[in-house]
Amino acid sequence: MLLRHTTAKEIDRHALTINPAKICQPIGAMYAALGLHGCLPHSHGSQGCCSYHRSTLTRHFKEPVLASTSSFSEGSSVFGGSANLLSAIETIFTVYNPDVIAVHTTCLSETIGDDLHEIVEKAKEEGKVPEGKEVIYCNTPSYKGTHITGYSNQTAAFVKFFSQTTGKKDNTINLVAGWMEPSDINEIKRIAKVMNIKTIVFPDLTNVLDTPLTGTFNMFPKGGTTIPEMKATGDSKCSLGIGPYSTLDACTKLKEKCGVDFETVEIPIGLKATDRFLMTLSKLAGVSIPDSLTEERGRLVDFIADNAKYFWGKRVALFGDPDILIPTVEFLLTLDMKPVYLVTGTPGKHFDEKMVELLKDKVPEAKFKSGEQADMFQLHQWIKQKPVDLLMGNTYGKYIARDENVPFVRLGFPIVDRAGHNFFPKTGYIGSENLAINILRELLDFQDRTCREEKMEFQM
Amino acid sequence: MAELKNTERDVDTILEDMKSFRDEIITKYPPKVAKKRAKSMVINEDPNNPPEIQANVRTVPGIITQRGCTYAGCKGVVMGPTRDIVHIVHGPIGCSFYAWLTRRNETLPTSDSDPNFINYCFSTDMQEKNIVFGGEKKLKQAIREAYELFHPKTIAIYTTCPVGLIGDDVHRAAKQMMKELDNKVNIFGFSCEGYRGVSQSAGHHIANNGLFRNIIEKGDYEVKKDEKKYRINLMGEYNIGGDEFEMERIFKECGINLVATLSGNGTVEKYHKANTADLNLVVCHRSINYVAEMMETAYGIPWIKVDPLGATSTVKMLRKICKYFDDKELTDRVEKVIAEEMDKVEKVREEIYPKTRGKLAMLFVGGSRAHHYQALFDELGMKTISAGYEFAHRDDYEGRRVIPTIKIDADSRNIEEITVTKDEKKFHPRKTQEEIDQLSKEGVDLNDYKGMMHDMSKGTLVIDDISLYEMDKLIERYHPNVFCAGIKEKFCVQKLGIPLKQLHNYDSGGPYAGFKGAINFYRDIEAMVGASIWKEIKAPWEKKTYAQAQ
Repeated sequence: MLLRHTTAKEIDRHALTINPAKICQPIGAMYAALGLHGCLPHSHGSQGCCSYHRSTLTRHFKEPVLASTSSFSEGSSVFGGSANLLSAIETIFTVYNPDVIAVHTTCLSETIGDDLHEIVEKAKEEGKVPEGKEVIYCNTPSYKGTHITGYSNQTAAFVKFFSQTTGKKDNTINLVAGWMEPSDINEIKRIAKVMNIKTIVFPDLTNVLDTPLTGTFNMFPKGGTTIPEMKATGDSKCSLGIGPYSTLDACTKLKEKCGVDFETVEIPIGLKATDRFLMTLSKLAGVSIPDSLTEERGRLVDFIADNAKYFWGKRVALFGDPDILIPTVEFLLTLDMKPVYLVTGTPGKHFDEKMVELLKDKVPEAKFKSGEQADMFQLHQWIKQKPVDLLMGNTYGKYIARDENVPFVRLGFPIVDRAGHNFFPKTGYIGSENLAINILRELLDFQDRTCREEKMEFQM
Repeated sequence: MAELKNTERDVDTILEDMKSFRDEIITKYPPKVAKKRAKSMVINEDPNNPPEIQANVRTVPGIITQRGCTYAGCKGVVMGPTRDIVHIVHGPIGCSFYAWLTRRNETLPTSDSDPNFINYCFSTDMQEKNIVFGGEKKLKQAIREAYELFHPKTIAIYTTCPVGLIGDDVHRAAKQMMKELDNKVNIFGFSCEGYRGVSQSAGHHIANNGLFRNIIEKGDYEVKKDEKKYRINLMGEYNIGGDEFEMERIFKECGINLVATLSGNGTVEKYHKANTADLNLVVCHRSINYVAEMMETAYGIPWIKVDPLGATSTVKMLRKICKYFDDKELTDRVEKVIAEEMDKVEKVREEIYPKTRGKLAMLFVGGSRAHHYQALFDELGMKTISAGYEFAHRDDYEGRRVIPTIKIDADSRNIEEITVTKDEKKFHPRKTQEEIDQLSKEGVDLNDYKGMMHDMSKGTLVIDDISLYEMDKLIERYHPNVFCAGIKEKFCVQKLGIPLKQLHNYDSGGPYAGFKGAINFYRDIEAMVGASIWKEIKAPWEKKTYAQAQ
């Protein structure tokens, strides 16, 4: 057994986290910063963090992930990292020449209390920031929240540093993208285009973490929200935050700074979340939903109706990030599946409330947990107590899936043991269909592998 | 130089050009950075007497380094592979998450009840309140919970950046918890905060100190009469992709008794027997030379540097062991194994050699593989024209003879040096001075390592702590056929149209050590340099011929 020490018997844990369902803030900030065109993320801490974040993102995307670090030594940890960041800024602009450096912090620089504002101002005074270049920053203490918090902080920093009002409103809708795959953002952009809505998407990871192989290496790929676009967000008609955990802060900041009203919706995974997303967009933009999208919806409904019996009543365990889990759980309920066990390491009441709302009637036996000790060890213990028919989550789930012999659908971050997963969206009706197809395939592959020989089905 | 691409290259011309390349690179940097980088990029003018290289100094902020931190070197590299220790990371969640299964240290429990915590990730998951009020209470509670759930015999605690700053004393907490648990479990801590030292290297040193003091020194195994012969330890071998399994196989075939491996496929139980070996084989010099030295001092076990990467290097290693034990029965058996294994290796090598001969390689890896893997490329007829380490010290580049001249700078001064003395009960000299001199004459130098530059060609470019910029330019100018580095570099290099072989995780391949490993490596490199896709980078309509046809 891969996880041979996991037993069904639970103890009251208050201090030990085992097999976490979360990561720390700076990796989220690094990811979001890559969604700004011409931006080099910079990790203000000791260099181990930066290497780890880059490696994790690279393993997931199979793409270059560039970022620099202040490379703290013991001396800077005691006397402050100001000199390190000043020298880093000079070296970065001289050697790599990004348009923007987006600085985030780690538990090290946060614990010692480095003042980023002061350091960056000093860099400007000393002429280390060339004309037309920007250094932005956000605080991302690893001991608060999770990678989702870091993503949210970085996205809010884009607003803080760039969004402006000219006083002249533009008929544009800001789509504030929560933590999704580039393919998911791409699908959302496609839907907006089909609906003929003018949008600014930020952070925009498309054409950044899915670049072609051309024989040249572009440190700064063509994708990403541009600075002029980011500035213009202050003049937009309104903002739509896609995934409240990762976008609420940015939306709120934009409202405070530039008076841009906002709404938030769940990431459009599944039939109902996509319905709401389209209706909200349609309402905000004052446009009707075109037939082509209604047809896409119909195709998804058709697929589910055709295969309803395979989904019916299947018990599912899920772990991951709240903005992904909430709509996914809702979608599983649409499929008449039973999401019975759910954990997210990301703390927050919204998740707990949504789970109660979604599950209390349909799956009253469901167990869920968020925050500290809401980890995969807990999830596995629940599975040991009463098994499930399907497990969904990031790559770390495969150890449980193998031990417990359950089908496994990879979903979330990071997925490091398969390639190409990031080409297929799971947002919108088409993405939801991808997800449902994936679930069905895993269930049927499992049946084919494990059923008695005489029960092998040639057709479905 | 761009015209050298994809044809049989004139290596001498390239090596000649590397001097000007080096100077050009340096001019791009701000003056202070340039001055510093200049000392870390050297031409290997005389391999027998390599030039001084600047190494193991702090990283230039903002330069985009490959390096990681002290925690990674201690928990991730040296201690992590031990399967029967519950490794609790005291810190916020990240450090523990990132070191969870990301190094491919394979392990094979001996039975269903054999403890194996390798697939688990344990963390105190520090929160803001723990930073403000201290995290010792939470750490102790975490240890209680780990004990209640798993009943391990050993629990190790690893500190991360904030722990040192807020003053949590994990060593005191460990002692208190041992007492509370009636000494039923060995608990100890490592002060491996990420900001210590300048790289993973400090973490190796800290791990070595703790490994010796808390585990090896506590070993009281008594060797039984029938198991005395040819006892060795394998040191600094972490069983990536099963390398250690292949070494175990070879030693078994040869009748050599492998007592313990530090720390691939390792267990505390095996480490407790380590002091009973008669010879230590050091694979990764950088990460384990400290323990090797301590064991020499404490128990009188000499060490030799070995390199089980490449078939010829493996043969060399086995023959060194034979000379050391000086026993005809052993030598005969080993020679028989060598003959059988080399026969299989040569068959594959001969098939692949024509496809790889004359091709060029560059290696920028960790603290030992940039050296070791050059032997494998040699066997394929491939030339290494540039190489370097992330975090090795001058002795790994220039040889241990320079150790007396190495100055410990301010950044590394606070890494604890422990003083080990002769263990009166367990010490016994394995060789007389005469025997040692004789071995040296036969080419078996005890307690020595000649370094990477000694084995590289004259004129090759050696770069310590290479930056992204330097790497990018190096590839653009010389178009190696294979570039070796890690995951962060992999896709940057491949976008340039050059295949990258990961020599940390082997791109999920391996083993690459020993005889079977050599065959695996030959086949993987054949597939890499032979892959058709590299010829398809330009679309047909982007090529000149298409434009002419218009």
